[in-house]
Order: sequence, then structure tokens, then C-alpha cells
Amino acid sequence: MSAGSADGARATAWAPSARQVERDSYRRGRARRSVLIAVVSTVAVAAVAVLALVSSPGWPRVRKSFLDPHVAWESLPRVLEGLWLNVRVMVVCAVIIVVLAMLLALARTLRGPAFFPLRALATGYVDVFRGLPLILVLLLVGFGLPGLRLQGIPTSAVVLGGVALVLTYSAYVAEVFRAGIESVHPSQIASARSLGLTRGQTLRHVVLPQAVRRVIPPLLNDLVSLSKDSGLISILGAIDAVRAAQLKTAEYANFTPYVVAGVLFVLLTIPLTRFTDALAKRGGWLGSQSGLAGAGAMR
Amino acid sequence: MRTTTRILALAAASALALAACAPVDDDGSDGASPAASDGALDTLTDGVLTIGTSDPAYEPWIVDNDPSNGKGYESAVAYAVAEQLGYDADQVEWVNVTFDQIIAPGAKSFDIAINQVSISPERAENLDFSSSYYDTAQAVVTVEGSPAADAASLADLKDVKLGAMVGTTSLQVAQDAIDPNTDIQVFNDNDQVKQALTSGLVDAIVVDLPTALYITAAELDGGVLVGQLPAGDDPDQFGIVLDKDSSLTQPVTDAVDALREDGTLDDLQAEWLTDAAGAPVLK
Amino acid sequence: MSAPLLQIDRVRKAFGDHVVLDDLSLDVREHQVVVLIGSSGSGKSTLLRCINLLEEVDDGAITMAGQEITDPRVDANQVRSRIGMVFQSYNLFPHLRVLDNVALAPRLVHKMDKTEARERAAAMLDRVGLGAKARSFPDELSGGQQQRVAIARALVGQPALMLLDEVTSALDPELVGEVLALLEELKGEGTTMVLATHEMSFARHVADQVCFLHQGRILEQGPPDQVLVEPREQRTRDFLRRFTG
Repeated sequence: MSAGSADGARATAWAPSARQVERDSYRRGRARRSVLIAVVSTVAVAAVAVLALVSSPGWPRVRKSFLDPHVAWESLPRVLEGLWLNVRVMVVCAVIIVVLAMLLALARTLRGPAFFPLRALATGYVDVFRGLPLILVLLLVGFGLPGLRLQGIPTSAVVLGGVALVLTYSAYVAEVFRAGIESVHPSQIASARSLGLTRGQTLRHVVLPQAVRRVIPPLLNDLVSLSKDSGLISILGAIDAVRAAQLKTAEYANFTPYVVAGVLFVLLTIPLTRFTDALAKRGGWLGSQSGLAGAGAMR
Repeated sequence: MRTTTRILALAAASALALAACAPVDDDGSDGASPAASDGALDTLTDGVLTIGTSDPAYEPWIVDNDPSNGKGYESAVAYAVAEQLGYDADQVEWVNVTFDQIIAPGAKSFDIAINQVSISPERAENLDFSSSYYDTAQAVVTVEGSPAADAASLADLKDVKLGAMVGTTSLQVAQDAIDPNTDIQVFNDNDQVKQALTSGLVDAIVVDLPTALYITAAELDGGVLVGQLPAGDDPDQFGIVLDKDSSLTQPVTDAVDALREDGTLDDLQAEWLTDAAGAPVLK
Repeated sequence: MSAPLLQIDRVRKAFGDHVVLDDLSLDVREHQVVVLIGSSGSGKSTLLRCINLLEEVDDGAITMAGQEITDPRVDANQVRSRIGMVFQSYNLFPHLRVLDNVALAPRLVHKMDKTEARERAAAMLDRVGLGAKARSFPDELSGGQQQRVAIARALVGQPALMLLDEVTSALDPELVGEVLALLEELKGEGTTMVLATHEMSFARHVADQVCFLHQGRILEQGPPDQVLVEPREQRTRDFLRRFTG
């Protein structure tokens, strides 16, 4: 090259060759075409759907019956009030469920013949309450318990319904915890014991922290499920969002309140589901194993 | 170019799809056709009057959960109206409907529905009603030993836990008249309302007066009818329900009016609905 | 001559029908480095796990500092707190930072308060050359670094005895050296160690005694120069043939 390049090795920045430029421009062209097709076809399908909907003869009636703004506005306060009940029940029950489920899971993982009765009891509990449909438990607890007329039994629909939810969900969540606990590699336990930690210390400081982190995605799934099932306490008389919508529907002979309740539920659930997704992507707190090294661009 | 072909194909497919969604012919839901006489009304099935009511249906409105036996106030009224319209008893068919089905838009499975549905202006925007076939009050029922058993006034009921059935005006009337301190509990149907009362989940329930009289006398063990709730400015009125802008609304209304004028409704009430004299109006 | 620190007396261990340790006896003196060699399945890991009471022996006895540790009445956790064990797959606790990994046992087992435990841990990490990594999580370290943390974690409790089970077998060759260097330093400080390893040159350099295990028994035992260079037993020769140099 020129004589001037001998002084001070200044690195020349890489610039793509003509061959690469041609490749890039071809790929860009293809990408543009794909986007155009995607946009056009999405618009076309949406247009067909909407047109089919609004040109159907029953549409005006349906729109009035499901999307009446006046009724929506009138029913909003009551439905929101009901939704607040759903939220409160969900939060309180969730906390109790986690505690009870953890105890059940621990009871099931205990070893040694001395603990057999406890293990058997926990296993029995989980089997029974995973077998019983939630609605049956609600009816049995909600109508049956007060019927016993024992002193101190609450008659509040919210409390009884909450009890039924806790009894049922603890069984499911206990199994999730147990799976988490058993998924912690035995070598972790061996290390902890080798350091002189007792069984209890190993459980508390080494096994449980790892177990819980692993099962956070399925736990959040159960939480989303609980947020819906919290409404079932309305069978026992409490007025949750769905029941409030039902009352308003009866008052106006119009289904719009159901749509309002549905929209509110979705708005309530979306933050939860997005949070779950974000966590799952991060791979929990065990360090990300996502991003395979060496995976080239997929054609 | 391949892209253009694809877009053209998509457009063609869309056009076909639209054409395929051609409106299906609907039965009698537009405009009011002139009411023909004697059985030539525009019903679902020619020559048959289809009537909807709930299942289970309760006394004293329907007896033995079988509306076709003509027993019970609503069954009797239904057959009387049918006769006014020119349909014999064997030209009447009963179908099972829920409240939601009654108010849903779209083709109905009945011509008329009778199910203790109260007339209200809000509902009238979405449904057609006949004139009232019964004016009723709401009443409070409890069982012996309940905190509500000794109540003698509205104020006495403020601290009582109340229950009512969903979709009824009992809830609203109780709310307005008593304004209790704890929320009124709402249940799916009258069976569950009664269960709630007997199991102690609620201390007292609010139902319409005829139902109250019936269950206190015949169904509840140790049932106590505490009293009627004041009707306020407009008493609760039950109307026959029809699809919005149905061609049958006018004939049915005329039929009910005719039955009222010639005293048939009073006779049927005397036959099927207990005398309300024993139920004091609470103040 | 003082009594040996560790006395393994006619120990037997079987898993089902498979006898892994067969009437095995071994003495380890204080400050001694004993290296166990042998093919997989010869019982090296099992022996180490038995010494650490992670496995119960089927017969025989193990005595440490005059106390029979295989006695069921002995508090196993106490015994284990005086023995440090390092595994092939490091087994660091992934949810704790490196410093907390090392400070955990001092806090829980030796009942130190948090600050003191952390200081001890930091000092030990410096000792193994990883002070800068104290705030990192294990998965951010290389294999060799993780193993050195594992050694630090085992050492911080000032154990009377260190057990090392093939601690370099899972490492890339270029990382093996740093771990072996650390072990040499430990020997220089007089740490009593029982090691299972495949690193023959290291064994020759560092061991006081080499034991060749075969089918649960010590077939040959002696100074490294003898066992590794001029083995008496044919089987030992056959085994060593696989390792050049």
C-alpha cells in the first residue's frame, strides 16, 4: 500500500464488501415485502370480521344489549365495588394458601418412620382436596358449616367462601411446592450437610430458597386462577364483580354489565400475566441460561 | 409478481366471505304486522302459543313444577291469556327459560314468558311488557329462633342479615325500605335462598308476598312471616314478557286488560294466592 | 508416636447386592496427605462419603481424634462441622453470593454473628485469591474459580480434616492448575487431607501416602514414589498404564 501506512499502525475500520452489500439489500427487500403482506392481510381479515359483524341483521339489537354505554356507566360503580371484593379475597386467601401449602409440602417431604402419621395426613389432605370440585367444597362449607350451629362458626359468606378457597387451593399449591423442593439437586443437600448444617438449617437456607424461586411461574399461574375463582364465593351470597354484573343485568334487562365485568377482570389479570412472562423469560433468580451461545441466525 | 397475486387472492377470499355472511331471514322481528284474529297471530310455530317459564318453578305460581297442569296462579293466568288470544289449552306449549334467556337479544325460544318478572322503565327499554297481571309487595320471612323473629318494625331489621334471590326486585325494595347495616346476600335461586335461611347463613329473607305466604305456611319448619315491606310510590307489578317490539305485545296486553276488567284475575288470585290479611305492613 | 487423626477400621459398605467397600482399613496421621487412586467404582467417593458420615457404614468403625464417629449416638452434624469436604461439581449455593456461600456455615454452624462470619469469609476468599469476587454470584465465575470458592467454603470452619473428591475432574485443563496450586499451599500449611484424584503427577508431588483402591479394598499402599513409579501389584501397573507421565 502507500508508504504512509508504515507509521503508527492505525487500524482501518471494516467496511462491507460489494457482495455483502448486495446480500443485505436483498434481505431488506424481502423483509419489507413480508411486513407489507402481514399488514395488508391483517387489515383485510379484521375488515371482513368487522363488516360481517355490523352488517348482520341482529347487530343493532346485540349492540344495544351488550354495548349500551348508558347501562355500562350506570353499572360501573357496583361492578367495581364487587371487583374490590374479588381483589381482597384473592390477596388474603393467597397469603394463607402459600403458608398452608408450604406446611403441607414440608410435611410430605419429611423422612423417617416417626413422621409417618404427619406424612399420611398431608397426603390424604392433598388427595381429597384435589379431587373435590371447588364448587362442591364451597357448597359443603358454605351451607354445611353454619348448619351445624356450633358456637363460633362464622356465617359470613366471604369468610366461609375464603375457607373453601384456601382448603382447595392449598392442595394444588402444596404439590407445586413439593415439586420445587424435590427438584433441588441432592448434591446441594450433600454440600450443606457436609458443612455441618442440620436438616432444618439445610431446608431453610439451601433447599427452600432454591425451590421457591423455581416454582414462581406456576405459582403465579395459580394466582391468576385464584383471582377468577374468588368470584365463586358469590354462590354463598356475597356480591362480587360477576354477581354485581348479574344484578345490574337483571335491573336493566341488558347484558352490558357482564361486558363491563369482563373488561375489568382482564385489566386486573394483565399485569399479573405480563409479570409472569417477564419472570419466566429471565429464568428466575438462578441465573439466566437463556441465550444459547453459538446459535446463528435462523433462516 | 408473487406478492400482487397473493394480495388479489386475499381480496377475492374476503369478498366471498362477506357474501357468505348474508343475512338469514329472521322471524317476525321487524315492524308490527297487523294482529290477525283467532290463532293467526305471528307466533314461532303456527297455531301454537309457546310460553316460557323457569325451571324449577315455584309455588304458588306453578304447582309441582309442571306449568302445563294449569295449576298455580301464573299457569292459570297463562292459559286464560292464551284463551283470550284464541288458543286452546292443547295449543299451548311450555318451554324452560332462564332470566338471561328472556332478556337476551336474538331469536327467542318463546312467544311470551311469564315468571314473576317486574315491570320497570329500565327493563322496558330492552323488553316488551304486557300490562300488570299482579301487583305485589315484598315480604320478610324468617324462622323461629332467628334474631329477626321478633322484629316488628323496619328499624328492627337494620341489623339483621338478609338474603334475596338474584334478578328479583326484592333486593332493591329491601335496600330502599330497610337499608340494612350489612350487605344483603344474593343467591342464585329461591331454593338456595331458603337453604341459606335454614342453615343460618342469613337471618331472614326477602321474597314477594305470595311466595312468602306459601313458604311460611307450607315449606319452612317454624317459618315466621315478619311482615310486608311498604310498597313505596309504585308497587311491584308483574308483567308478561315479550321480545322487544314483538307483534304480540298489543294483543297480549289487551288480553290481560280484558281479564282484569271481567274479574278473572281477581278470581284466580283468590283461588291460588293466599289472603294477605295476616301479613302486617312493617313501618 | 501420637495416635492417627483418622482411623478407618475394617469398614464395609454395600448398596443392595453391590459391595463397594470391602473390609477396608486405613490410618491417616495429622498433617498427612493421603491420595486415593483407582478406577471409578473402586470405592473412592464412597469412602470419603463414609468418613463424612454422608453414608452409614454397614460394618466396621471410623475414629477421628479418638472419637468413634460411626457410633449412632454421636451428633453427626457436629462431626461434619469439623471435616471439610469439597466435591467434583463444586456445589456452590446458586442463590447466594460468593461471600454468603462461604459465610453461611460460620454463621449457622459455628454460631458466629453476621459481621464476624462475613469478615472470616472475606479473609478466606482473599486467601484463595478471589477476594474481588465476593459480591458475585457463583454462575458468574469460571469452573476453577468456583472450585476455589468451594475449597474456601470448606476451609473457613477450620476443619481438622479436608476431604477432596476428584475436585479437578470437572475442570477445563487450563483451570486445573490454579486449584492444584491452592492444594499445594494447603499442604504446605500442614492441612490433613484425604484426596481422591486422577492427577497422577500432582499426587506424586504432594502425597505422603498413595492408596490404590480396587473393588473396595486397598490393594497397594505406600509412598508415592513406590506406588506410582514402581508398583508392586500387577493391577496397579495395569491401572497406571492409562496415565502417561
